[in-house]
Amino acid sequence: MLTFITSAIRFGMSLLCGSTGETITEKSGHLNLGIPGVMCVGAASGCLATSKYMAAVGGLTGKSFPVIFFCILLSILACLIGGALMGLIYSFLTVSLGANQNVTGLALTTFGVGVSSMMVAKTRDFVLASRYFTASLPFARSLGWFGELFLSYGVLIYISIAIAIAASIILTRTRLGLQLRAVGESPATADAAGINVKAYRYGATCVGCSIAALGGFIYIMDNLEGNWEYTIDSIGWLAVALVIFTVWKPVIGIFGSIIFGALYICSPFISLSSFSNLTLNQMLAVKDLIKILPYVVTILVLVITSIRNKRENQAPAGLGVNYYREDR
Amino acid sequence: MKKENAITRFIKEPPFHFVKRGEVTKKHAILVRVCAIAAALVLSALIIVILTGKNPFAVYGQFFIGNFGTPRRIWRLLQGMAILLGLALAVTPAFKMKFWNCGAEGQALMGGLVGAIMMYNLGASMPLPLFLILTFIVCALAGAVWAVIPAIFKAKWNTNETLFTLMLNYIAIRLVSFFVMWVSTDGSAVLPPMDSCAMPALFGQSYLFNILLVTILTAALYIYLKYSKHGYEISVVGESENTARYIGINVKSVIIRTMLVSGAICGIVGFLLVVSTDHTINANTVGGQGFTAIMVSWLAKFNPLYMILTSFLLIFLKNGASQISTAYRIDSSISDIVTAIILFFIIGCEFFIQFKIQFRHREKKGENK
Amino acid sequence: MEKEIALELRHITKTFGSVVANKDVDLTLYKGEILAILGENGSGKTTLMNMISGIYTPDDGQIFVNGEEAFINSPKDAFTYRIGMIHQHFKLVDVFSAAENIVLGVKDGTKFNMRDYTKRITEITEKYGFRIDLQKKIHEMSVSEKQTVEILKVLYRGADILILDEPTAVLTPQETSKLFDVLRKMREDGKSIIIITHKMHEVMSISDRVAIIRRGEHIATVETAKTDENALTEMMVGKKVSLNIHRSEPENPVDRLIVSGLSAKNSEGVPVLDNVSFTARSGEILGIAGIAGSGQRELLEAIAGLYRLDGGDITYNDPASGKAENLRDKTPIQIRDLGVRLSFVPEDRLGMGLVGNMDIIDNMMLRSYKSGKSAFLDRKPSRELSDRLVTGLEVVTPSITTPVRKLSGGNVQKILVGREISSSPTVLMAAYPVRGLDINSSYTIYNLLNKQKESGVAVIFVGEDLDVLVELCDRIIVINGGRDRGRQAHDKGRNRTADDEG
Repeated sequence: MLTFITSAIRFGMSLLCGSTGETITEKSGHLNLGIPGVMCVGAASGCLATSKYMAAVGGLTGKSFPVIFFCILLSILACLIGGALMGLIYSFLTVSLGANQNVTGLALTTFGVGVSSMMVAKTRDFVLASRYFTASLPFARSLGWFGELFLSYGVLIYISIAIAIAASIILTRTRLGLQLRAVGESPATADAAGINVKAYRYGATCVGCSIAALGGFIYIMDNLEGNWEYTIDSIGWLAVALVIFTVWKPVIGIFGSIIFGALYICSPFISLSSFSNLTLNQMLAVKDLIKILPYVVTILVLVITSIRNKRENQAPAGLGVNYYREDR
Repeated sequence: MKKENAITRFIKEPPFHFVKRGEVTKKHAILVRVCAIAAALVLSALIIVILTGKNPFAVYGQFFIGNFGTPRRIWRLLQGMAILLGLALAVTPAFKMKFWNCGAEGQALMGGLVGAIMMYNLGASMPLPLFLILTFIVCALAGAVWAVIPAIFKAKWNTNETLFTLMLNYIAIRLVSFFVMWVSTDGSAVLPPMDSCAMPALFGQSYLFNILLVTILTAALYIYLKYSKHGYEISVVGESENTARYIGINVKSVIIRTMLVSGAICGIVGFLLVVSTDHTINANTVGGQGFTAIMVSWLAKFNPLYMILTSFLLIFLKNGASQISTAYRIDSSISDIVTAIILFFIIGCEFFIQFKIQFRHREKKGENK
Repeated sequence: MEKEIALELRHITKTFGSVVANKDVDLTLYKGEILAILGENGSGKTTLMNMISGIYTPDDGQIFVNGEEAFINSPKDAFTYRIGMIHQHFKLVDVFSAAENIVLGVKDGTKFNMRDYTKRITEITEKYGFRIDLQKKIHEMSVSEKQTVEILKVLYRGADILILDEPTAVLTPQETSKLFDVLRKMREDGKSIIIITHKMHEVMSISDRVAIIRRGEHIATVETAKTDENALTEMMVGKKVSLNIHRSEPENPVDRLIVSGLSAKNSEGVPVLDNVSFTARSGEILGIAGIAGSGQRELLEAIAGLYRLDGGDITYNDPASGKAENLRDKTPIQIRDLGVRLSFVPEDRLGMGLVGNMDIIDNMMLRSYKSGKSAFLDRKPSRELSDRLVTGLEVVTPSITTPVRKLSGGNVQKILVGREISSSPTVLMAAYPVRGLDINSSYTIYNLLNKQKESGVAVIFVGEDLDVLVELCDRIIVINGGRDRGRQAHDKGRNRTADDEG
């Protein structure tokens, strides 16, 4: 049971980053469907940085703490920059050139999937570094279930929770957040109030993409322990779903992501032995079908919020609409 | 007051700003687009040259070899166009109505899934022509049902259709992989093709049926949108829901009806993919083309005839790039990258069709400096 | 008293595509004065103000603030110059509270603390005597509350130059006089105020000077004390208006449409119609007067079957069959299927009456496309109709395949009214059909309405200009706050004035 919860949390946190990033972007009024691509590129840039660094210092085994610490820092930084660059492409096209957001986002996903696999095509050695990223505090295991549940994770997991909490505070409690939300709700109002709409949209998209990129990196480095897989984009769509599920609130995202994570990874933990009339294949199929639940739940949330039509739980009013001041 | 002026002096006049063009000539629009595509091709070639160190003209040569090198490749080009065009046609009525159907992937997959279920369960139980006609109909129905669910919620509660249809894609993918795992007996999660009850090849060309059917669909949809009363209603709803209400169009029923059409075409493409082409199904059968189709439709300004061109452009690039990846041994993802770069350029160039740069020319008299 | 110049515009020009909105405008605003900008709808007043507040950038010309050339590229720049604008269409974030909206975008270097901000806003509200709940969300507010928030927003920023774009259009007379008190207090504080309006008596009562804008050009600026309403009107419309609309006596009028006790609420549950009753007779023009936004739109839409009613009846007496039909809760289609020939010229021409991106032919088809059993469109009749209208009403257009959004306001309206009349209606409703139109186009529309009346149509005319209503209509009802507040049948009513209103 404990293993189940901890794995759900670990998996959930990669989603959390993706959805926190996308929430920030959507709060500014931009529906970035390029998030899956951004997460791919984030993962690839992080991994590539790890690999290059390892090559530069001659492997990490037996190296001193500062060397390893620097490796982690550098990889995270590379991942953030990779995400921000993707965000820059998206915001240049949508904010500066006023391009259709859905189309740009989808093209960005295509681009990201392609670029990421090109980036890591020739290297897989970052798998060796994974254990440093997932290393927990040395005394965590000795603290019983408490240590297991709260302290047994790698550094990336804690970073993602910290980001979600910080994002939530910034969005609800600061001037920056108030202005960002105004930009997403009604860009014309924000503009008339003297807020630089373009700057906020650029900023929110790039920061959002950086955070989402980290989600991709967590998925590869932490969840898959460095084994590259071409499934990051499907995690990306799950993160987009999570934004809706959490009604655009990053703090709910922390719990939402754990629920999503649990639903997504629970199949190996379920025993179907009571259905003895099923073949082994069929049992696997049924277990695998549980992965459908996050999407179904998201649709339910989407439908329920639209039926209840409560203003505070809706998507930002300006979502998906570009702003051009002189439009009339 | 003095301090204030000191602050305001920092605000300077920008050298230029963008102004919306009053009138956009066709010539100008085409010129901008051609330039954008050319620029994108130069950039893509540059990337390929950096990756491979080969002469760029040789690289472009490979594009043509990849698409037109052998009759088989030409057929593959046409087949790729047919499927992509079919999906683009499917989303077009919805888009004209400003209903963002991002669910072509799932709708086609559901059509395909029902086709596969028919093949694996009923294929042997009836004469082939009857089976094919029946399957064709239920595939279209399956796509329509999958599309009409978000439409009903949109019509009734204004539920965001972009997100709804996106989610339905992944549910469809999961359902297909469930079906595959459930049916497969060897544990490989790969279903053997059911050639016995599949669409037979026309004149020995296995892709010909797909190509002909999509050609007919293109013409039909063009006429439907431009000359039918339904098409007119779609345009009015898309342009202004208020006007639609004003002249007594039942907006809700138009949304639902149009999504039924949209989904049915997707379902038919599912039929083409599963029953007519692959004779089997897996979660990747549509392979993301549902999304590419959105761009094909959008780039063509929702005109079915222009979509022939845009789908050609995208498939040409994709096949050309995959030829390059085999010829020069670079990662096959180069095809995605090249496609995306072209898309970025075409998406971005719309701005330069709509706007022009205007430089400031103010008289400088009376300046207190 | 030596007057200091607060704001000066020199040779300002702005074009949108091929439309010239402002041409070579000069304007001066002194410190501590209220300047009224007077002009017809569509004369370019709002565009001009938007350039001062940084929404638009001028194509040509200069702006000076306190004697220094100012480059106002964004609203943010405008605030730097201490210029604040209260837009006609409120710029507020619906899901935010009043306080959040007020502090939005203010960077004063203090720590972000809503409680401190609320305290500071309260000081302002107390100073000017506003009554408002600062925690209330905007989407729960009434129009005048929203306007208060807008004004507080500008005051909170300490603007010295305030621009108000038709602030009284949505207010009751009581609210208007309260607003004017506030404006006078601000003037005493040394603030300069620009107020856009086209209501003459308001200009006379509030302003120190009046600037007149006609068709995008600045005609003159005069001192209010040294002018009168007639002179101003003359400058505003260009020539001495002898409103001389031909009005014939109604011929044997019959009750055609009897509206009784209509009540309706809007989507937020606020009553917009409250027990409205009237009768429209054939061969008559019934005028509906009242400030814009008092329920006129909802009233007409309810009759046309587009707005849900909570109470009341709409009875239509069919001239052909003599039967009486109740139209309440019927859809437009059902109304048409009953054989009721109801035409409706809505207020929002390009957003409701026409489709801007479609050409004239396809717009003509909006009403008739369904006729015939074929699943396909027959464009021939509407092509013929388009040709007839374009020649008959002298519509200026490159061709009948031009998208209507490219036409000027007057031509757009001719097409809309022409289409609505072409179905030979028995009831014709028109909401603000001459708003924003030049005099010539306006007369074309008046004549069209008169012709309909003479051929026995029951015409319902919603207008804002009382002079026009009095000249054109046979009977007038006044609607205020969703209620009908009195009526006058003026058989000899040509010299009745507007004093009864409000």
